[in-house]
Amino acid sequence: MSHSEKAAIFNKNEAKVNWHDKALWYVREKRDNAAHGVKGWEYLRDTASKIKGNVLSNLDNYLIEFEANALKNGIKVHWASDAKEHNSIVYKIVKEHNAKKVVKSKSMLTEECHLNPYLESKNIEVVDTDLGEYIVQIAKETPSHIVLPAIHKTKEEVDELFQEHLGTKPSNGNPEYLTNEARKHLRNKFLQADVAITGVNFAIAETGGFVVCTNEGNADMGAHLVPVHIACMGIEKIIPKEEHLGVFLRLLARSATGQPITTYSSHFNKPAEGKELHIVIVDNGRTEQLSREDFRSSLHCIRCGACMNTCPIYRRSGGHSYDATIPGPIGSILSPGKDLTKHSSLPFASTLCGSCSNVCPVKINIHEQLYKWRQIIVKEEPQPFVKKSILKIAGKVLENRTLYNFAGKSARFMLKYAPKFMIYSKLNAWGNARDLPEVKNTNFDDWYKAKRKNKK
Amino acid sequence: MRVGLFIPCYINQLYPEVAIATLELLEKLKVDVYYPSTQTCCGQPLGNSGYEEDSKGACQLFVENFKEYDCIVGPSGSCIYHVKKHFDILEQTPDVVKVRNNAYELCEFIVKVLGKTDLGASFPHKVGLHKSCHGLRGLHLGSCSERMDPHFSTEEDLLNNVKGLELMKLNREDECCGFGGTFSVFEEAISVKMGKDKIQDHLNSGVEVITGADHSCLMHLEGLINRDNKPLKVMHIAEILNSTI
Ligand code: SF4
Repeated sequence: MSHSEKAAIFNKNEAKVNWHDKALWYVREKRDNAAHGVKGWEYLRDTASKIKGNVLSNLDNYLIEFEANALKNGIKVHWASDAKEHNSIVYKIVKEHNAKKVVKSKSMLTEECHLNPYLESKNIEVVDTDLGEYIVQIAKETPSHIVLPAIHKTKEEVDELFQEHLGTKPSNGNPEYLTNEARKHLRNKFLQADVAITGVNFAIAETGGFVVCTNEGNADMGAHLVPVHIACMGIEKIIPKEEHLGVFLRLLARSATGQPITTYSSHFNKPAEGKELHIVIVDNGRTEQLSREDFRSSLHCIRCGACMNTCPIYRRSGGHSYDATIPGPIGSILSPGKDLTKHSSLPFASTLCGSCSNVCPVKINIHEQLYKWRQIIVKEEPQPFVKKSILKIAGKVLENRTLYNFAGKSARFMLKYAPKFMIYSKLNAWGNARDLPEVKNTNFDDWYKAKRKNKK
Repeated sequence: MRVGLFIPCYINQLYPEVAIATLELLEKLKVDVYYPSTQTCCGQPLGNSGYEEDSKGACQLFVENFKEYDCIVGPSGSCIYHVKKHFDILEQTPDVVKVRNNAYELCEFIVKVLGKTDLGASFPHKVGLHKSCHGLRGLHLGSCSERMDPHFSTEEDLLNNVKGLELMKLNREDECCGFGGTFSVFEEAISVKMGKDKIQDHLNSGVEVITGADHSCLMHLEGLINRDNKPLKVMHIAEILNSTI
């Protein structure tokens, strides 16, 4: 199903759409307030964008530097070219330790690689410990947002889900009660776990260490309790120096949730005494995207989710309409690079309003890349016959003044005199909910000819 | 200064009153204005739908029609944005470059080129300004709510000088209305919902007339207003600025 079909289904429940829209707009407003508090916000964005640009141009060198320093620190470094390799590396480590239970903190990369179902198929229990992720995990769904994975669910829906899976009492969606119950439940999971998996927000080439940002402290709880910590990162997560962290940490938390700083920004530099620290560095299509000049800057993304919160289409579509690991504006420029056929409707799920590009802390020109993907998709993917013919004909009409005059006159004639049932038919998506413009007696050309003698 | 008047295709055919107001306004401002009679369209609907390739003829025709003028002025932010931004598909001859550099949205032309904000108009109504995305974020006709820049707005500068006009404050002042060209048809559900929400924002703010510098957005909003019989009117900003001056 295309994005528009899925979004149309989501829109059948208007009250839910309103609620979803307001919840995310609230986060956008919090972000605005937080950003207003920082003098030189636009300068910070510029700086972050330039650092990322530099990283992408020298990615190989920074990765090699990072690996050398990480090894020096006693971290075990693995390289995975795709999702499959990533999953088997993780499994190999888990198996080497005879581990049965894994706790995971939120990581979009492991979502992208479908790590959970893979490990589960090998009889490993994987628990997502971020509260939102946990909610979607027990609901057997995927995250609908990269920072707020369960934003599509109301408190009441979570209440029911917890009653079913955790045996909680009905609480009318009392967030405090529900959070407490989840905390108790997850605490046991942390205590029983053998291996912890985390994502990586920033990996520092200069030091060979990395930073993980969470609001719930769940990455730390996992990593510090178990003997083995596996961190999974995409190759683009590198930043050159520790001193650059300040730029990104200030931007990330504010853009994501409107907080001045994430509650936990945990630095991992080397394994603790007697423990193991692994890092899996994953490509999975990223070098291919890097090679597409028009789309390369999509790899600047620090996964703050601000473009989703600001996107008026995302807010009214729900993340699942995008049918992609990363939904929303950034997902719509990343996903076609992975599977053009599957994701060919995503670059069209936008009015190209540009709000995403303006909000993005690393200044990705998202709406311009959406426009560029459209040109490619129309060439490479089969298009609906009607749409294609209409637009091809339009091209011919608009380059020829005689045809244009004729088309203009006939369209005006049709709009004016054709019976309403012909104009407001199923084929005319404009007219389902909207009236067509009323046709005047003249067009501007005729008026001009009659009233003004052209001076030319 | 010779100015070429660009009237977008749908305004020419469906909203001649907007085109007339634009022309009259420029004439009253003593602009030496010409209307090249063989113009059609800037090619935007094709480009935005992914058919940029098929729009080359229309773009070339646009350049032919307007290359001799010092400035090109049109009452539509999104079409002007398209000319400036997407005519890179043509070979960048001196004519193409000249046309792209000298294309102006109407308000931008009045404020930036003519240096005027008080046009002597009067319009005693409560007005809501629809800041169209392509004009706002594309042409930078004003500061955007996402960016932390000092506030400015070309259209507000003009409207604030209209006698009797009360500019109402919206809750989401620059959220997209959901038109988006063929988006309005191919993503109908979302487009309609966005438009309805936008209209509600204006109604909640006590607006009587919605105005803006891009009539395509207004056409979409008008379609919804008329269908739902909402107590609102839409008028292009040229019509307001042209009242009683
Ligand atoms: S594209 Fe920009 S705004 Fe969107 S998630 Fe990535 S960094 Fe954040």
